[in-house]
Amino acid sequence: MENEMMIEFDSRSCNEGFARVAVAAFITQLNPTLEEVADVKTAVSEAVTNAIIHGYEGAVHKVQIQCRIEDRKVWIEVIDHGKGIENIKQAMEPLYTTKPEQDRSGMGFAFMEAFMEGLRVESQVGKGTRVIMWKTMGESD
Amino acid sequence: MYEQSGGRLTVHLPSELDHHTADGIRKEIDKKIMQEGVSAILFDFSNTTFMDSSGVGLLMGRYKMVSYVGGSVYAVRVPEKIEKLLCLANVEKYVHITRGDR
Repeated sequence: MENEMMIEFDSRSCNEGFARVAVAAFITQLNPTLEEVADVKTAVSEAVTNAIIHGYEGAVHKVQIQCRIEDRKVWIEVIDHGKGIENIKQAMEPLYTTKPEQDRSGMGFAFMEAFMEGLRVESQVGKGTRVIMWKTMGESD
Repeated sequence: MYEQSGGRLTVHLPSELDHHTADGIRKEIDKKIMQEGVSAILFDFSNTTFMDSSGVGLLMGRYKMVSYVGGSVYAVRVPEKIEKLLCLANVEKYVHITRGDR
């Protein structure tokens, strides 16, 4: 089965919980395990938090999530039109953060990689960032 | 949410520990560290069902602050899933993590 959804919301931190719960609700049609739901929620939370803190640096603009289901696989794209990432490879290194003063751990991308099957980051400085991640449900049964 | 006795601060964490909730908790704890001389912080995870890397930042940041005065940070009643997340980020090297009471 194929199925898609898209949501767009303000880059306010109070929407981080909404975003991960919305994606979790959408993927229930794949009968994921509790563990798989938790993994996806964590990954979505990381990507949305990055968009809010780093993409828009606290300013309020729009964050978009596009979700697509194909058979047992879910594709999630988290998109912002913020400042973009200069060096994606460096940004993805565990413990690397540009905002240590805000207690950012530098583990966001590492957690996305750990909890999803795959992760790709596309970014253009001044244009924004698109985080694409995917996971097949039922693999861990 | 906060209990204090002597230099020991207990923080009862909310059900969802993300960037949104961690920011306010961080500011509150840091105020107490500065003003009231907290040297041991105990994070109680018993009500927490969700955490992302913002929780890692919260714990490690507080560890850095109290370690200057020889203090310690504890994470107690940590659910299995959250313990895995903390260990993935090597937090157990700095913070005492237990599924039990202390």
